[in-house]
Amino acid sequence: MATAPQSNGLAISAEHLVRRFGQFTAVNDVSFQVQRGEIFGFLGPNGSGKTTVIKMLTGLLPLTAGKALVEGIDVSTDPEAVRQNIGYMSQRFSLYDDLTVTENLQFYGRIYGLPPDRLKRRMDEIVQLNSLSPYLDRLAAQLSGGWKQRLALGCAMLHEPKLLFLDEPTAGIDPVARRQLWDLLFELSGHGITFFVTTHYMDEAERCSHVAYIYYGRLIADGTPNSLRELPDVQPHGTKRVEVTTPEVTRALRFARQLPGIRSATIFGQSIHALVEEHFDLNDLREQLLKNGITVGEIRPLAPSLEDVFVELTYKHQAETEAARV
Amino acid sequence: MSNLFRGFRAVFFKETLHVRRDPSTLFFSLVIPLLQMVVLGFGIDTNIRQINTVVFNADGRRESRELIDRLKNSDTFHIRRYVQNDRDLNDEIIAGRARVGIKIPVDYSDRLLHQTGAQVLVLIDGSDSSVAGQAINVTTAIGLDESLRRVLKDRGAMAVEMRPKLLFNPDSRSPNFFLPGLTAVLLLNVTTFLTAFSIVREKERGTLEQLFVTPVRPLGLLLGKLLPYLVIGFAELCAIVTFMRFVFQVPIHGNVLLLGLFSLPYLFVSLSIGILVSSKANSQSEAIQLAFLTFLPSIFFSGYIFPRETMPKFFYVISYFVPASYYINITRGIILRGAGLSHLWLDALALFAMGTLLLVVAARRFQKKVIMA
Repeated sequence: MATAPQSNGLAISAEHLVRRFGQFTAVNDVSFQVQRGEIFGFLGPNGSGKTTVIKMLTGLLPLTAGKALVEGIDVSTDPEAVRQNIGYMSQRFSLYDDLTVTENLQFYGRIYGLPPDRLKRRMDEIVQLNSLSPYLDRLAAQLSGGWKQRLALGCAMLHEPKLLFLDEPTAGIDPVARRQLWDLLFELSGHGITFFVTTHYMDEAERCSHVAYIYYGRLIADGTPNSLRELPDVQPHGTKRVEVTTPEVTRALRFARQLPGIRSATIFGQSIHALVEEHFDLNDLREQLLKNGITVGEIRPLAPSLEDVFVELTYKHQAETEAARV
Repeated sequence: MSNLFRGFRAVFFKETLHVRRDPSTLFFSLVIPLLQMVVLGFGIDTNIRQINTVVFNADGRRESRELIDRLKNSDTFHIRRYVQNDRDLNDEIIAGRARVGIKIPVDYSDRLLHQTGAQVLVLIDGSDSSVAGQAINVTTAIGLDESLRRVLKDRGAMAVEMRPKLLFNPDSRSPNFFLPGLTAVLLLNVTTFLTAFSIVREKERGTLEQLFVTPVRPLGLLLGKLLPYLVIGFAELCAIVTFMRFVFQVPIHGNVLLLGLFSLPYLFVSLSIGILVSSKANSQSEAIQLAFLTFLPSIFFSGYIFPRETMPKFFYVISYFVPASYYINITRGIILRGAGLSHLWLDALALFAMGTLLLVVAARRFQKKVIMA
């Protein structure tokens, strides 16, 4: 390779990325770093700039401003060297339906210029890893969603990239295939491969070793899931979170929201998650509920979920934007 | 240098697989043009014969009937009806039942006899210019001939006699004139769609976006797409030429191998047009619309139907930018006129230059505006 990757332990270093489309700023001063071997979860609502950031990092879209190093290579100066060193799997899996599993793999192997012997070895490894061997001669069109996704992942990894971009890899596939994919990602990350994964599933976000949340072009959260849970904005000083299980969630919620000392409350299935004052007495809460004829199961302290984290940060960001406008 | 064409081999192999996997594409691109050729080749006669004609013979004597016989024998006119007044004569033409109306006045024979100059009224429907032109020419010629015959009384020779000799197509056979030009249109039609669809399909599937994240270079991608279809286009050419020669009996006066060789740059141009179309179109229906934009100029500004020389200056200049202009010169040249390398190399070179230009422009377009979601 022309450009020797700098080995500073970073798979991705994004500094003040900006991308404008005419008047519209799709990505606004976004900075983050991804360590080698991490599973980096990149979250955000649709249209918030996730795909744009991926396109900037893979050299598909020029940066309006900022600097991005991917595997130590500057995407603005040598996008081709970047592409040789990364794998990319789009949400549509991007396979050739009228080609067989083998032919799809061969094609991507040749595109990356693998010599025949290495291509053969890598194909064997990929087939083994993704358990594709029963389907080798089947047309991609005839595979189910989960197998398509494995094949697409296989195609993206043939050239042994150290960094893989997976754009909503689990959208529309069944839960078993979803679980299996994550098992595979953990296994591979154990071998030092870095993953940049976008997703809408909060449980997937919880599995990442590093998450970032982008909201309308701005990065509003960046860290490990645990460090985000402890952010002062998420867990304001002098408050705690509790979970109340009850068969009558709607009534309980209506009642709980009126109680002094409860800052906010939401329904989670058969329970209520509430943010309460530090000194709020949980036994008192139970008695109050019982007195009003509401059956109560358990009441226990709760760590905020990542969903809580993103909800809180989004509110805070909206409030700040409003304040700035006034 | 090889870096510029990176990915060519991989794309080429893959594209060949697509073609093999989908025999219907192959079938349609090989058989449909032949069907079109058969229909057009048998159905269209470029010589104008048997024009529907209505006659009002107010005279009715022997001289006037002789004149009508001469018109009939020319093969140009087909007399559908005889009418007895001016109104019916007009009506037949207005209703479109006749394109030519001939009125022989009541004193025709008398004037011939007294040598005071007889007149015959020829009404011609001008709504079709080629029919009108033919009707004027033939009636004028018959009039002249008739006059000369009377003046010379079949004794003396004519002072000046024009002796036209049709080169290359002595019998004025329509297929000879028509099919070499049609070849250009059919090839354009098939090949443009082949490349355009092949790339637009990848856009629709999302695989093109995937390709752009790989180290494949635009020129490698585009050439890899183009070459398999060049082979199909060439097979199509062979089929068309075989049909032309053996079904329509069009003699090939020049070198068939040269025809094959000089068809390659034309196929290259049409395939590149398809690629350029695909750089703009995001769906197959858009591609069809765009591709049709190129077909009409190729039919009307290429000299295929109307001679380029008679076009207004502006359109004559435009015809230089229509690839079919050069290729029709090549096909008619080799097939009909027996032209060789020394006559046609410039046309082939022009086509090759056009193809290269189009391909490079397309590659740049793909490089620049890589798919936006």
